Amino acid sequence: MSGALLSVQDLVVHFHQDEGILRALEGVSFEVHRGRTLGLVGESGCGKSVTARSILRIVDRPGRIVSGRINLDGRRGEPPIDLTALPANSRRMRAIRGGRIGLVFQEPMTSLSVNYTVGNQIAEVVREHQGLSRAAAHARAIELLRDVGIPRPERRVDEYPFQLSGGLRQRVMIAVALAGDPDILIADEPTTALDVTTQAQILNLMRRLQREKNLALILITHDMGVIAEMADEVAVMYLGRIVERGPVDQIFHAPRHPYTRLLLRSIPSVLAEPRTPLATISGSVPHPYQRPSGCPFHPRCPDHIPATCEAAMPAETATADGGCVRCYAAEHT
Amino acid sequence: MTLLEVKDLRKYYAIRRGLLQRRVGEVRAVDGVSFQIARGETLSLVGESGCGKTTVSRCIMRALDATSGEIRFAPGDAPPVDLVTLPRSRLRSVRRHMQMIFQDPHASLNPRMTVGDIIAEPLLVNNVGTAADRRDRVLQLLELVKLPRAAYSRFPHAFSGGQRQRVGIARALALDPKLIVADEPVSALDVSVQAQIVNLLLELQDRLGLSYLFVAHDLSVVKHMSDRVAVMYVGRIVEVAPTRRLFSKPRHPYTEALLSAVPKPDPRLRSERIVLQGEVADPADPPPGCAFHPRCPYAVDRCRVEVPELIETGDGHMARCHRVQELTLSGVG
Amino acid sequence: MSVTVLTAEERISHATQLQLTWWRFRKHKVALVSGVIILLFYLVVVLADFLATSDPHATDARRSFIPPQAIHLFDDGKFRPHVYGLKGIRDPRTFRLRYAPDPERKLPIRFLGRGYDYNLLGLIPTNIHLFSVEDAGPVDGIFLLGTDQLGRDLWSRLIVATRISLSIGLAGVGVSLVLGVLLGGISGLYGGTVDTIIQRLIELLRSVPTIPLWMGLAASLPADWSVLQVYFAITLIISLIGWTDLARVVRGRFMALRTEDFILAAELAGASRGRIIFRHMLPSFFSHIIAATSLALPAMIISETSLSFLGLGLRPPAISWGILLQDAQSVQSLALAPWLLCSAVPVIVAILAFNFLGDGLRDAADPYG
Repeated sequence: MSGALLSVQDLVVHFHQDEGILRALEGVSFEVHRGRTLGLVGESGCGKSVTARSILRIVDRPGRIVSGRINLDGRRGEPPIDLTALPANSRRMRAIRGGRIGLVFQEPMTSLSVNYTVGNQIAEVVREHQGLSRAAAHARAIELLRDVGIPRPERRVDEYPFQLSGGLRQRVMIAVALAGDPDILIADEPTTALDVTTQAQILNLMRRLQREKNLALILITHDMGVIAEMADEVAVMYLGRIVERGPVDQIFHAPRHPYTRLLLRSIPSVLAEPRTPLATISGSVPHPYQRPSGCPFHPRCPDHIPATCEAAMPAETATADGGCVRCYAAEHT
Repeated sequence: MTLLEVKDLRKYYAIRRGLLQRRVGEVRAVDGVSFQIARGETLSLVGESGCGKTTVSRCIMRALDATSGEIRFAPGDAPPVDLVTLPRSRLRSVRRHMQMIFQDPHASLNPRMTVGDIIAEPLLVNNVGTAADRRDRVLQLLELVKLPRAAYSRFPHAFSGGQRQRVGIARALALDPKLIVADEPVSALDVSVQAQIVNLLLELQDRLGLSYLFVAHDLSVVKHMSDRVAVMYVGRIVEVAPTRRLFSKPRHPYTEALLSAVPKPDPRLRSERIVLQGEVADPADPPPGCAFHPRCPYAVDRCRVEVPELIETGDGHMARCHRVQELTLSGVG
Repeated sequence: MSVTVLTAEERISHATQLQLTWWRFRKHKVALVSGVIILLFYLVVVLADFLATSDPHATDARRSFIPPQAIHLFDDGKFRPHVYGLKGIRDPRTFRLRYAPDPERKLPIRFLGRGYDYNLLGLIPTNIHLFSVEDAGPVDGIFLLGTDQLGRDLWSRLIVATRISLSIGLAGVGVSLVLGVLLGGISGLYGGTVDTIIQRLIELLRSVPTIPLWMGLAASLPADWSVLQVYFAITLIISLIGWTDLARVVRGRFMALRTEDFILAAELAGASRGRIIFRHMLPSFFSHIIAATSLALPAMIISETSLSFLGLGLRPPAISWGILLQDAQSVQSLALAPWLLCSAVPVIVAILAFNFLGDGLRDAADPYG
């Protein structure tokens, strides 16, 4: 598809550690478009957070982008920029991080500074990326707090993060992410630490902001419910690879990859009959050091084709609805 | 037959200030909670963080001393004992009939003991059998929770989260308890593992005739696990009902909002949700009248002044709402 | 039982806490080397007299300020270690007697030769030393690091000083450890008033500046006490402050552990208080205590050294690092006999080694962290 705001191509990220090479990402590709939401979903260790951190070039040491491209569309007709080619701490990368791409973390308390008021933290980003004066930045901070639905922003702007509840802190975090007026918002488990009613508030807020600002949203979560509510397109990850990608309706109603199918069947639902056993996936996610050969899902896969699946990783096969799937069994059906 | 009956349980924490630690107020973490659990039944306590559900479970386990109220526990044919007033010296003989499963399987197993020693500990400290008997019993328990015999001599660090949770379950079952208090037993686990543990808990209940007090915030898991559900809000139970009734025909506006807020794992069910405004009330300074009234879309003047009682509406369905008879609320499933 | 070859994964699954700690510690090369150095130091402590070449207390005016001697390994192309004899030369301008090697006289070194009498390990009377020189005349001998003004062999004195300084540190840490674990444990376990009292006591002790406190206490020691009595008194004085750190570590760990789920699980299982403390709590911070101890040791050694250097700790005829440094402090000694400064080397090496070891242990102590 053309006109992608951000396109990630064959991204490979490794962590070189004493125990060996941890292959966090093994060739991940996807595109993000204006005004649309891509849901990245998967269990722990699948590489969804590393993907987000790679785009922002904030992968923790000793992680390293081994190969692949991350192309960010230029503003005002400028040529696209390959983010993997920029030094992580260069001025251009810093301008993109927070400026073109905003980030919302899971736990706002650890990503907001305890020593500065909410207003100062937002104003700092505003000044950094838009070069406004101190007074103008302060005014903009109040405006942003109002935007994210914080009541009485004129008062809240001078409070410290610890004075706010979890829900309000997450709103502040979103305000900080929006302060640089980004085109893309990456939200890494933005509601996992929140209660369900607060989660509903935050999801509503993100939806409204996306509509108003025509944002491209990358939503990272393990919660299939949140994905179903929010995403336009879904990428299901397993051990460093996207095993299936497609429109949200296709993923939930006609999943092609056995992992997607099983994952959907194994999630508890409020719609289910009480006291019914769940379908399960046998075993558990292997440790990343002990990645199975071939398709890494084959030891847990009910459709496992002997001698084929363990031999080599299936290639990414494009599907008619613009998605893709990596599975030998899916090709047969 | 009733196994556990909690009557008007209260747990207040004093707020002390100043050099002399003067008492300036109190936090009513649990404020008059009553419920029963029958033999072989699962009652779930649900609510958002800070609602007091964990405090209730800790008071039942006597990990916390209740401020007032009764917790009558009748594990055998003997008349029930009151766990609130039971002297500590007699606690041990009662406690073997009630055990706990913890939320975080990494924190609840002593990393310095082998799995065999961990599971055998309740047997050992209660002087059950000889060393050989205990070993047999542990192997039998390992089989019960579907762990390999080889797990016996290994240390917890060799296991995944789901497997560790199985070890925790085996330990809880070692003394053949009647009641299991499970505090968020699956919320720290990966989706695919969550299903395995939910199924295991259901299966163990059928095989061993256990009763569960299931403390959780995830309504989807609760629906799969429970016979009855009690919803808590700011230290009080606001609604109790058999699972299916509570989900399909909630009688309290808070329950309705909770159910509406749960993301449904089906993109075709995206609809306008009831999104509660504001934040959960502060238990140190609850609003007058019904604690939920500031957020309640149906609140009337009476709600602002008068604290509602739990009102029975038939078939074991109770709700703490002045307007319980007039409102028709929508549920799910 | 049949012998089975365990895979790496199997090995890790069955690894105890101690093994995991060791595997992590092994990666810390500097700490590993430091550990070996410290082992060597304590070997010296155990075998001090055996390694010494001459009686560290024996004075002889004729041996005053002999410079360090070189050891020659070969004689006529054959392996025959020896040192040269010494001849005195009178400086024509200052008329001071200086010693110079006399290549004409070769004194062969004999391994396991006889020397002064001592008790090996404090038990076995013997006079065998690792090496000595045969046919030693009044000024002949083996002086690896030279001699001091009173003609005492610096090598032998350094060896014996090592024994005193390192063992006083160990004893000090031992006392601190007992006090720290006991009081810290009580404080952390019981909390409440007891905790408040102990914490205020710790704050009080720590608020007194250490050097004046020690000076005051050390000055109040009766002058006629024996070397042994002074030794124990100094140990107590320097551990007076040391226990507070350990008590805080222990208290903090107990407080943190009290709320751990696995402690609650043990309590719910019906485990007794003693079992919870000794089976569950202590093992989980035992390694922290070891690390804290190895970090506390250098502080103890420094304390003893500085007290003795100031003349407030051990007093001659006792020999410790501080006393040797005191000997080296006068300008006259430094100008005439710079080799006396050698006594600073083991102090520095030991302190560094202890610190590196402590760091390594601390990092390795929590394989689950």
